[in-house]
Amino acid sequence: MKARHQRLLLVLAALAALGLIVALVFSALKENVAFFHSPADIAAGKAPENKLFRVGGLVEAGSLERQEDGVTVRFVVTDNIARVPVHYKGILPNLFSEGKGVVAQGRLAEDGVFVAQKVLAKHDENYMPPEAAQALQAAHEAGIGNRTMNPSDPGFLEKK
Amino acid sequence: MIPELGLFSLILALPVALCTGVLSLLGAQRGRPAWIALARPGSVALAFLVGVAYLCLTWAFVQNDFSVLYVARQSSSSLPIVYRVAGVWGGHEGSLLLWLLMLTGWAALVRFYSRALPDGLRARVLGVLCLVAAGFLLFILLTSNPFLRLIPGAAEGRELNPMLQDPGLVIHPPLLYMGYVGFSVAYAFAVAALMSGQLDAAWARWSRPWTLAAWVFLTLGIAVGSWWAYYELGWGGWWFWDPVENASFMPWLAGTALIHSLTVTEKRGSFKNWTALLAVSTFSLSLLGTFLVRSGVLTSVHAFASDPARGVFILAFLVAVIGASLLLFVWRAPRMGLGGRFALVSRESLLLANNFLLVVATSAVLLGTLYPLIVDALDVGKISVGAPYFNAVFVPIMLPLLFLIGVGPFARWKQASAAEIARRLRWTLALAIVLPIPLYSFFEVELIGRRPLLNLSLMLALWIFLSAGRHFIQQVRATQGGGSFIAAALKQPLHFWGMHIAHVGVAVFVAGVAIVGAYEAEKSVKMAPGDTVGINHYRFRFLGVQSIEGPNYQALRGEMALLENDRVERRLFPEKRFYHRSAMPMTEAAIDAGLWRDVYVVLDEPIDRERPDDEWVVRIYVKPLVDWIWGGAFLMALGGLLALLDRRYRIRRRAPIQEIRV
Repeated sequence: MKARHQRLLLVLAALAALGLIVALVFSALKENVAFFHSPADIAAGKAPENKLFRVGGLVEAGSLERQEDGVTVRFVVTDNIARVPVHYKGILPNLFSEGKGVVAQGRLAEDGVFVAQKVLAKHDENYMPPEAAQALQAAHEAGIGNRTMNPSDPGFLEKK
Repeated sequence: MIPELGLFSLILALPVALCTGVLSLLGAQRGRPAWIALARPGSVALAFLVGVAYLCLTWAFVQNDFSVLYVARQSSSSLPIVYRVAGVWGGHEGSLLLWLLMLTGWAALVRFYSRALPDGLRARVLGVLCLVAAGFLLFILLTSNPFLRLIPGAAEGRELNPMLQDPGLVIHPPLLYMGYVGFSVAYAFAVAALMSGQLDAAWARWSRPWTLAAWVFLTLGIAVGSWWAYYELGWGGWWFWDPVENASFMPWLAGTALIHSLTVTEKRGSFKNWTALLAVSTFSLSLLGTFLVRSGVLTSVHAFASDPARGVFILAFLVAVIGASLLLFVWRAPRMGLGGRFALVSRESLLLANNFLLVVATSAVLLGTLYPLIVDALDVGKISVGAPYFNAVFVPIMLPLLFLIGVGPFARWKQASAAEIARRLRWTLALAIVLPIPLYSFFEVELIGRRPLLNLSLMLALWIFLSAGRHFIQQVRATQGGGSFIAAALKQPLHFWGMHIAHVGVAVFVAGVAIVGAYEAEKSVKMAPGDTVGINHYRFRFLGVQSIEGPNYQALRGEMALLENDRVERRLFPEKRFYHRSAMPMTEAAIDAGLWRDVYVVLDEPIDRERPDDEWVVRIYVKPLVDWIWGGAFLMALGGLLALLDRRYRIRRRAPIQEIRV
C-alpha cells in the first residue's frame, strides 16, 4: 500500500467512526432529554404521555403521606394553579419538606398520578430549584398566585 | 485593617500583572533584554502580592472577623478551626482567590524551574500567565471582592454550608484547582511557542512535565471529589454526570489526550499543531468549567450565589482567551511543518486513535452539558439531560480505547507490523477472554453472556493488565543481560514504570466500575431496634438511635451491627445531623470500607418524627470492589507522577536537545 492510500484509509476510518458516534449521540440525546412542565401545563394536557419529564413547584403543606413500608411516599406538587399528585419510592433529599420547592422527574400515569423516579430539592436553605421557581413565577404573573408566593421576593422562603 | 491590607495587595497586583505580561511579551517579540528580564521578578512579585491577599482573608476567617461580608456569610465562631481555614474556598469569592493563588503560584514555579529555557521563551510563558492572572484579578476586583465590609459588622456569622463541613473540603478543591489551573502552564507554553514560531520537540519536552503535573493533580482532585460525593451525599453513588463534575472531567479527558500527543511531538516531531491546539483547548475547557460553575447558569451543590455580571464577565474573558489563542493558532500554525511521517500501523497512528476517541468523548460530554443551556437560550423550553445519555454515549466510545491501551506499547514508532503485534499478543488476548469465566462463580452464579457489558469490561480490564505485564516483562528481559530480573526492572526509566502503572490503574478502575455496577445490592427497609435484615450473605441488626452533641450540631446516631454467624463482626454508626445555625439536616453515612467490598449504612427517616428512638427507615448497601474505582484513579496519578520524575526532564542548564530524525 502506498503512503497516500494509507492516509486515505486512515481518514476514511476516522470519518466512519465519527459518523457512527454522531448517530449514537443524537439517538441517546433524543431518548434521554427530559422537558420541564409546570402543574398548570399538566392540567392543561400539555405534558407528554408515557415520556420522561420533570415537574416542579411547591410541596403542598399537609400532603406528604408515607406508606406502610416506610419507603414509598405520596405528596402533591402545586404551582398555585393546579395540583399534581406524585407517587415516589426511593430516597427523599435531606431538604425535602412540605411547603418547600421541589422538582420531580418521572412519567405521568393514566390515572393522572405522576410516578417519580427521582426527586430533587434545593441544596441549602436559600436556594430553590430554578424550574420550580419559574413555574411559581409564571403562575404569579398570571395573577393567580398570591403575593407571598412570589419566589423572586427575597423574604419568600422565610415566610413559608 | 488586615482585610484592607489584603484588598490593597490585590489592587496592587493588577498593574504588576499587566505590566509584567505586556512588557515581557513585547520584549520577547522585539528582542529587548531589559523588558525580558522583567518577567522573572514580575511573576514572583505577583505571586507574593496574591499570597498576601490570600493570607489576609484566611486571617479574617481565623479571627472570626464578621465585619467582612464574605466571612460573615461563610463562617461562624462555632466552626472548627480547620473548616475556618478551608472555608476560605467554601464560597464564590474565596474560591476565585484560590484559583488566582494557584495560577500565580504555578507562574512562580515556572520562574524557578525553567533555568534551562531560553530567556525569550521563558519571558513569553511567564507573560502569558501574568496576563491570564490579570484577567482573573480584574474579575475578582470588579465583581467578586472577598474583602467587602459589612457595616455594621455582624455579631455572628451564618455558618458554612454543613455539606461542606467535611475533610473533603480541605483537600478536594485545592487538588482540583491545582489541576485545573496547572493546565494554564501547558497553555502558556503552547501560546509562547506559537508566538515564537518554535513549535518543536524541545517545546514538547519542556511542557510535558508541567502538563503531567497538572494532570496528576486533576486526577487526584476528581477522584477525591468523587469519593467525597460517595460518602457525603448518602446515595452511595460515585459519579452523577452532574454538570459540575463534567466541568472538571472535560479538561481531564482533553488533558489525557494532550499528555499522549505530547509524547509523539517530543519523540517524533509529529502532531505539532494538533498538540498546540489540544493545549489551548484543555485550558479553555478549564476556563469554561469555571464559567459554568461560577456564573450560576448551572445549578448544583457547587453553584454558589449567581450574579449575571459575573457570568457576562467570565463569558467575555473566555471569548477573549479562546478567540485570541485560536487567531494566533490560525495565523501561525500553517508555518510549522508536518514533522515525521508514519505508516498506517505504527505507535503514532495508535496514539492518534487515542486522541481521536478522547476528543470525541470530550465533545459528547460537552454537548450533553451545554445542551440544556442552548435550549434554554433559544427559549424552546426547559430541559435536562440525564445520566443515561452520558452512559449511553461515553461507554461505547471508551471501549475501543480500552482495547487500544493494551496494543499501544507493543507498536513501534514510525512503522509497525500488525502481524507481529498479533503474534505477540494472541495468548494474552485469549487469557483475557477466558479468565473472567471462573471469576463469575466467585461473585454470583450468573449465566455468561447475560450481561454483555459486564463481561466485556472485565475482559478489557484483564486485557490491559495482562498486556501491560507482558510488555513490562518483555522490555526488562531485553535489557537484563546476565543480571537479575529485579535489578533490571528497577533500572527501567521512570516514564516506562509510570506508563504501565497508569494503565494498570485504568484496568483497576474499569474492573471496579463494572463489578459495582453489576453486583451492588441495596435494601431500604423499616427497622425497629432489635430487628435484623439480610443482604447477600451479610446480616445487619439495628440496635437503636441515640442523641449526641457535636461541636456545632446535634445528631441522632444509629447503631447497626454487622453480623457474621450471629456474632457481631463490626459496629456501624450512621448519623442524622442538625446543624444549629443553618437548621439544615444532614445524613452522615456509616461505611465499613474494604478491599473487596464496602458496607454502607444510612439512617433515612424516623417513621414517627416525635419518636426518634423507635422505628426508622434504614438504607443498606453492599458494594463489591467500589474502592477499586478510587484506587485505580490513584494508580493513574501515581503513574503520572513517576513519568514526570523521569530523568530526562531533570533540569539541566541549556541541555542540548537531540535533533529529531524525520
